[in-house]
Amino acid sequence: MQDAVTINIEGTTAPAQGGERLRLIARNIFPFVVVGGIWEMVAWANVFPRRLFPTLEDVAASFVNLTIAGILPHHAFDTVIRLLAGFALAAVLGVTVGVLMGRSRRAEDILLPLVSIGAPIPGLAYAPLFLLWFGLGNISAVLLVGFVSAFPIIFNSWTGVKAVKEIWIRSAQAMGADDRRLFRHVILPGALPFILTGLRLGLAQAWRILVAVEMLAAVPWGLGWLIFGARKFLNTDAMMAGIIVIALIGLALEKFVFEKIENYTVVRWGMISS
Amino acid sequence: MINSQQSRHSVIRGGLSLLAAAAFYEAMARSGYFAPALLPTLPTIAHTLIATIADGSMIEHAAFTLYRVMFGFALAVAVGLPLGILMARFARVEHFFLPLVSALMPIPSFALVPLFMLWFGIGNLTTILIVFYAATFPMMFNTWSGVRSVNPLWLRAAGAMGANEHRLFWKVIIPGASPFIITGMRQAFLRAWIAVVGAEMIAASDWGLGWVIFDSKEFLNTDVMLASLIVIGMIGFAFERFVFGSLERMTVMRWGMVRAAKG
Repeated sequence: MQDAVTINIEGTTAPAQGGERLRLIARNIFPFVVVGGIWEMVAWANVFPRRLFPTLEDVAASFVNLTIAGILPHHAFDTVIRLLAGFALAAVLGVTVGVLMGRSRRAEDILLPLVSIGAPIPGLAYAPLFLLWFGLGNISAVLLVGFVSAFPIIFNSWTGVKAVKEIWIRSAQAMGADDRRLFRHVILPGALPFILTGLRLGLAQAWRILVAVEMLAAVPWGLGWLIFGARKFLNTDAMMAGIIVIALIGLALEKFVFEKIENYTVVRWGMISS
Repeated sequence: MINSQQSRHSVIRGGLSLLAAAAFYEAMARSGYFAPALLPTLPTIAHTLIATIADGSMIEHAAFTLYRVMFGFALAVAVGLPLGILMARFARVEHFFLPLVSALMPIPSFALVPLFMLWFGIGNLTTILIVFYAATFPMMFNTWSGVRSVNPLWLRAAGAMGANEHRLFWKVIIPGASPFIITGMRQAFLRAWIAVVGAEMIAASDWGLGWVIFDSKEFLNTDVMLASLIVIGMIGFAFERFVFGSLERMTVMRWGMVRAAKG
């Protein structure tokens, strides 16, 4: 039976593979066609006012217009910069605190209660507080994003360092590794899968709240601000265009940033299988 | 013995660190460098918390928030759970929904708030739908991977012992996938909780913990803000600890799917 299957697969070689690929693409596109079709029908049937429920052509037109005018790229650029700044802050803070907590019992005892109190509060709940303390605008937005997305990074780095196998540490010590080498060559690689998971969660968190923070913090440019502002003028098509860009950036983050990093480091070191 | 002593040390240190943080905050608040309106002292916050609970306003805010989050969460479970199971059991369903879900997932729920405000107005409906949107994906994804990861050996064993589709589903697949399903509920609730606070802030109605935080910003009522923050944190923590913790004990641990780990 096993043989039959193998032969069957081998029988369908190069030309059939192209067809297979085409079918796969068609299969992935099909649901969008269905949903898009329903959307168009509802939009053209004028069930809802056109301003509130634009047709896909309107959305596409506004997407193209805004892109050519440079408005959409400007918004997107500022959002990405803010995301990177906030995330960089979170990464530095989170990994440092997490590793410290994992390595030193004293640091763990001192920091863990503070972190466990701060973590369960939804990040956005801090937003008004940050706005009051640091004012409207960029500083608040970046600090808030950094603060909120630091929590998953802290927790994961902490777990990761603690999860490094005792026997690796002891054998490295037996082979005469000093603290620095132990950290660089044993603990860091050992904890890296966890740290990367933490960074990934942190980035996702940062991305999720950044859009809302931009709406609340009244920054001059930014995708969150674009869609929030568009509401006032009933520019639903511009809003949709903004949401599409947000989705694209989110997808790109997942596909190009994290899968790449993961492949480059942990998979190569054989910590997890690809 | 050593262990218990060590853990007592940890508790003492933890308590000390909390006390130190509180004392530091109190010193900052009383130092006069910052406006008292922006940095209220701890007794003021405690007083406000008790006062707002006593006059029922905080409870009413919390009740509105809980109503929205539970409604949205229940909807998310009602949609995400069956969809996840269907996707795992039928390739055709998976082929249809997976691309759509992958395209929608990277859109943060808050990005939809302005759109939903236009469509559904300000208030309960928008908030509930945002919660629903935020919570459905983790619910669905976890169910999907849970059902798919049910040990095929169990399926074959049950099949060999003559279980029909119906029994196979209820006696093998559902219990087998339950650790994932419960993780999904946990994650979904966490997302829902974040979403409800944010949605209440942006799509402000007149009740809700998120709304009261944002509203007190306008009047510089930082004490109210911090008091609500405490309530939000406590509710979230209570759900995570007691509701999902006991759900886990009642189901997967009793069935022996996962070991009782950690406290």
